[in-house]
Amino acid sequence: MRRLWQDAIRSFGGVGIAFILLTVGTWFIFMILLPQLIMLDFSFRPLLPLRKIGGPEDVYTLKNYIVLFTTPLHRAIFLKTIWSSIVVTTVALTICYPIAFYLAKVARGARLGWILMGLIIPYWINELLRIFAWQLILADSGILNQLLLFIGLIAEPLNFRAGNGAVIMGMTYAYILFMVFPLYNAMESLDRNQIDAARDLGSSWLRVHRRIVIPHAKPGIAVGCIMVFMLAAGSIAAPQLLGSPSSFWFTEIIYTNFETANWNQGAAYAMVLAVLCLIFIFGMLKIFRVGLKELAS
Amino acid sequence: MAQDVGQGIEIINVSMRYPGAEQFAVTDVNVNIKPGEFFSFLGPSGCGKTTILRLITGFIDPTDGEVRIGGEDMRGIGPNKRPTAMIFQNLALFPLMSVADNIGFGLEVRGVSRPERRKKATELLELVDLPGVEKKKVSDLSGGQMQRVAIARGLAVEPAVLLLDEPLSALDLKLRQHMRAELRKIQRRTGVTFVYITHDQGEALTMSDRIGVMSAGGILEQIDSADVLYNEPLTAFVADFVGDNNAFPGTVREDINGYTVVETSFGSLKGLNPQQLSSGQSAIAFIRPEAISVVDGSSSFENIVKCTVENLSFEGPFATVFLKTNQNEAFFLRQNNDGSTPFLQIGAKIEVGFDADNTRLLEFGEVADA
Repeated sequence: MRRLWQDAIRSFGGVGIAFILLTVGTWFIFMILLPQLIMLDFSFRPLLPLRKIGGPEDVYTLKNYIVLFTTPLHRAIFLKTIWSSIVVTTVALTICYPIAFYLAKVARGARLGWILMGLIIPYWINELLRIFAWQLILADSGILNQLLLFIGLIAEPLNFRAGNGAVIMGMTYAYILFMVFPLYNAMESLDRNQIDAARDLGSSWLRVHRRIVIPHAKPGIAVGCIMVFMLAAGSIAAPQLLGSPSSFWFTEIIYTNFETANWNQGAAYAMVLAVLCLIFIFGMLKIFRVGLKELAS
Repeated sequence: MAQDVGQGIEIINVSMRYPGAEQFAVTDVNVNIKPGEFFSFLGPSGCGKTTILRLITGFIDPTDGEVRIGGEDMRGIGPNKRPTAMIFQNLALFPLMSVADNIGFGLEVRGVSRPERRKKATELLELVDLPGVEKKKVSDLSGGQMQRVAIARGLAVEPAVLLLDEPLSALDLKLRQHMRAELRKIQRRTGVTFVYITHDQGEALTMSDRIGVMSAGGILEQIDSADVLYNEPLTAFVADFVGDNNAFPGTVREDINGYTVVETSFGSLKGLNPQQLSSGQSAIAFIRPEAISVVDGSSSFENIVKCTVENLSFEGPFATVFLKTNQNEAFFLRQNNDGSTPFLQIGAKIEVGFDADNTRLLEFGEVADA
């Protein structure tokens, strides 16, 4: 620790260090730490009208948390959200792995540039707008249905909005970049010669991926999955715009709570979501046997 | 070990141009590598030798021509289906696997059982003189040890041809010299055809049965054993690239007494004319530095040059003496460090001479950059 201090002071000077600590500290404390602590506090308090706050009924309680487990509907939605987020993560991984591999190891020069641009440009457009676009595509008279009708695959327009399908598609599309880039990064650092050596020794492509590429890319896979899961579980726009009554998302309950001024309930549920994400992160690290340090690189 | 393990390789009229490239990387190369031979491709960087290796191993197919291994045309057959194994320049060992797993990888691919693989790995480590490191991680090994593991991994799949891409370039001098002998030993023991590429003549000359010298643009200049390449180079490039040589450019004149005269800025020189160059052609007269001696009473050289000693460089077993003629042309000779004659003094004005039999006239051509 001491070495860290001395090195830092040597690099930035005493004033520099003070400046950094001040600005970062202020940002961190007032925009991250304090709001979280206030929310945490809210979550443990019951919902009371303004005049009763500070009175005898204002005690710390676990009621807001227990409600989640005792309300079957909320429980179901919570579990459904977890499951759907896992599905989104898996679909994203399946789609992005070949893309990342192609970018990292196969594509050359100009082509690589074009594909990267093709992936990045959509992200210059607001996420909401992109999700709206999916609404248009998946509508009964939308482009997808028109195409399928035209080539004669179906006789009547399909209702893509029923169930979870549309939400999952929309989310996967929205979060592709978050999966591709960690994967691409990890794969890029793999020495191409190792793949060539494995092929030269007789290995099929399947084995090359199983024994060489994937073990090397594990940190990237872990990061990608974590990002996509957290984004999916915490997403509010996609479920609201693309969802149906049977695909209610946990975030929508939180939102409703805050809308109806039940901040306490909302805060509690939000905390549960945060803890869920933390559990997922550590679970991923364990599964892929990856340390935090490796993730950072 | 079976002596018919190694297979021959025929490279027939092969040319290779990478997609999008203007120049050919390999131009009309013809080589017939015999089964069980230790064959080297020698040439400067960028001369196409790595491309030839990749053509044999199957990562690319030639633009023109055929590559045959064991008599069979290999076009369209991928690297995992050819009877070859390659040792990469940076070894490309799998860092996340142990030494034994690395060696056993090719066997794992072929469905060999785990105990079988372990046994084979131990055997191969013995063969390359590296016993006992089965369980170690690749990163715990030294350069020379990693080298041997890479070779063991290649030999594990019992290839008919082993291809080596400048494997010794990352090692220090002493280790390199040791490994040269080791590689030769392993090749003789196993009978596998070795195809070795390098830019280091010392390696090529000491290890190979035959050497193919290549120049820029993927042109194969000459294929011969080491002594023939050194003593009887067929082109100016080979004469200049293999070993050190003095090059005196000039024009061919008439023939006298069975030798051909060439007019150079060092004077009129007489020499051998293996390419049958005719009068008026541009040529280069090549003389090895060890063939030049100081003129004393007892010698009778056809060629004599007056010069001054510019510099002397002591290199251990001999010294290189740099000379300049009155017309400021530079060349050099070798003096052995055997105590028979004292080293020449800088500034001394002397006469040196060399036999016409040691003077070789070759057509003027591209030589390697210094």
